[in-house]
Amino acid sequence: MSSKFYSWIGALALVAASAAQADTTLLNVSYDPTRELYADFNAAFAKHWKAKTGETVSIKQSHGGSGKQGRSVIDGLEADVVTLALAYDVDALAEKANLIPRDWQKRLAHNSAPYTSTIVFLVRKGNPKGVRDWDDLAKPGIAVITPNPKTSGGARWNYLAAWGYALKKSGNDETKAQDFVGKLFANVPVLDSGARGSLITFTERGIGDVFISWENEAFLAVKELGPDKFDIVVPTISILAEPPVTVVDKVVDRRGTRKVSEAYLQYLYSDEGQDIAGKHYYRPRDAKAATKYAKTFTKVALFSIDDVFGGWQKAQKTHFADGGVFDKIYQPGK
Amino acid sequence: MSFSLRTRHSVLPGFGLALGFTVLYLSLIVLIPLSAAFIKTATMSWEAFWSTVTAPRVLASFELSFGAALIAAVINTFFGLIVAWVLVRYDFTGKKLIDAMVDLPFALPTAVAGIALTAVYSSKGWIGQYLEPNGIKVAFTPLGVVVALTFIGLPFVVRTVQPVLADLEQELEEAASVLGATRWQTFVRVILPAILPALITGFALSFARGVGEYGSVIFIAGNMPMKSEIAPLLIITKLEQYDYAGATAIAVVMLIASFLLLFAINLLQWWARRRGGQDS
Repeated sequence: MSSKFYSWIGALALVAASAAQADTTLLNVSYDPTRELYADFNAAFAKHWKAKTGETVSIKQSHGGSGKQGRSVIDGLEADVVTLALAYDVDALAEKANLIPRDWQKRLAHNSAPYTSTIVFLVRKGNPKGVRDWDDLAKPGIAVITPNPKTSGGARWNYLAAWGYALKKSGNDETKAQDFVGKLFANVPVLDSGARGSLITFTERGIGDVFISWENEAFLAVKELGPDKFDIVVPTISILAEPPVTVVDKVVDRRGTRKVSEAYLQYLYSDEGQDIAGKHYYRPRDAKAATKYAKTFTKVALFSIDDVFGGWQKAQKTHFADGGVFDKIYQPGK
Repeated sequence: MSFSLRTRHSVLPGFGLALGFTVLYLSLIVLIPLSAAFIKTATMSWEAFWSTVTAPRVLASFELSFGAALIAAVINTFFGLIVAWVLVRYDFTGKKLIDAMVDLPFALPTAVAGIALTAVYSSKGWIGQYLEPNGIKVAFTPLGVVVALTFIGLPFVVRTVQPVLADLEQELEEAASVLGATRWQTFVRVILPAILPALITGFALSFARGVGEYGSVIFIAGNMPMKSEIAPLLIITKLEQYDYAGATAIAVVMLIASFLLLFAINLLQWWARRRGGQDS
């Protein structure tokens, strides 16, 4: 019996050893609404990697608010790759902890954002308040739901989209833009701390006429909560939301996972990766996938944050830092 | 120090070991994490610290956090006493059930509590739909913050007062009655002094919990700048900007203020205990 026992142990040890050799585990630290996207994509990539190299790779996912996820990585969460909501949170990895080089965003195509989205409006079925464009959001009598841009990365895109629209409309008049965004935020009865909280406020509590949302999240909300309850309204002009991805150099070099991590991100740009992104309501970059999902996505004039605001660092400093424009909108006595 | 110990011949041995363990344990669990907050704050200049913690928005949030916690603690002290009284002094069917219900706010994840309360008190909620037409807005106002803090603070008062009330000898009340005291006099002169220390403890715990509460408040507060932003939210706001020092600066002010308040409450309790003759 004992010899059988030992042979069992030996077999187990062998299995464990071979597993340790072949199995690579990656950690992808992402933000909230990408859960389903990456569940799909990870399975596809594992299959692709197995076919290509014979190695088994499994990818773990971590989701949460973009800023919080960024801080976890800075504080030592061993992320091989990060896929966050905005470049500002990835910049922090370079600035605060030197985990990646400062020019990380140039390493992959399209500003390191393999898929994009934009900011749209979710309204109640039949659009009873007749919301068509950004102007309608600043009218009196309209209640707008959006999270607090100071605590929610996603909400910063909302704010900048509104600002960019006002700039285009007024011929780059900053004062008019501030006036417009101020009026819009005067229509916001609740500033939840994150996008999920705002979605609950709008859908479950029944508060507000318009919910400003990422396009992919608006699609998810309609799909999950019922197409009979909500409509999506796409404004004439909106912002090109680019959620960026990068390998975390310090982590992959220490763990020896650089090759597979880079391949993982590259695969997001492949035909299959682009198709999965489109399936999960992100706008694919690749023309082929874009054509396939053209029916899903309404055509809209998009401007980028680099064009209008000079990049995230500058936008953050001007608008969302303490004492910035957003704080001025909420000055006491106003 | 050890000399004086040896000469005093304490009946209970092991004082040195026990004290050493206490200090070590407190350091590991409480002091070291807290000191990290102070060290991070120390990276700021005094001017930067001062302008951070005296910004109008931060001051407004302190006012809300401490004010709402205080109001909630007062409410809980009053009604918690009544609940404890009923649970100790009366027998009725379902008493065990109610007794267990008191602890629910302890057990419930605070975010769930927050979402549930918001669902009930928002303009379309069960209670909110009747309050709102009468001009009472609860969800997304400071009143909502008070409601949430009252909810999470209730068990503290009930659970501290309950055992003391149960220990109270009813003969004392009978004696007071025989000696001609009115019911009110019996309560104020006999019962209240005995339970006052426990009541103050319950108040302090409820208050302290309320000051630092985040999860349940964040959903019902509405988080409007200057109006319904609690101080812990501003800490998160600073962290979102990767402003660690600014975040810990607010935390340090909250810590010091809480410590001073709790210290004062402890002094008050010590005084009440001496006066109540419950020195045990």
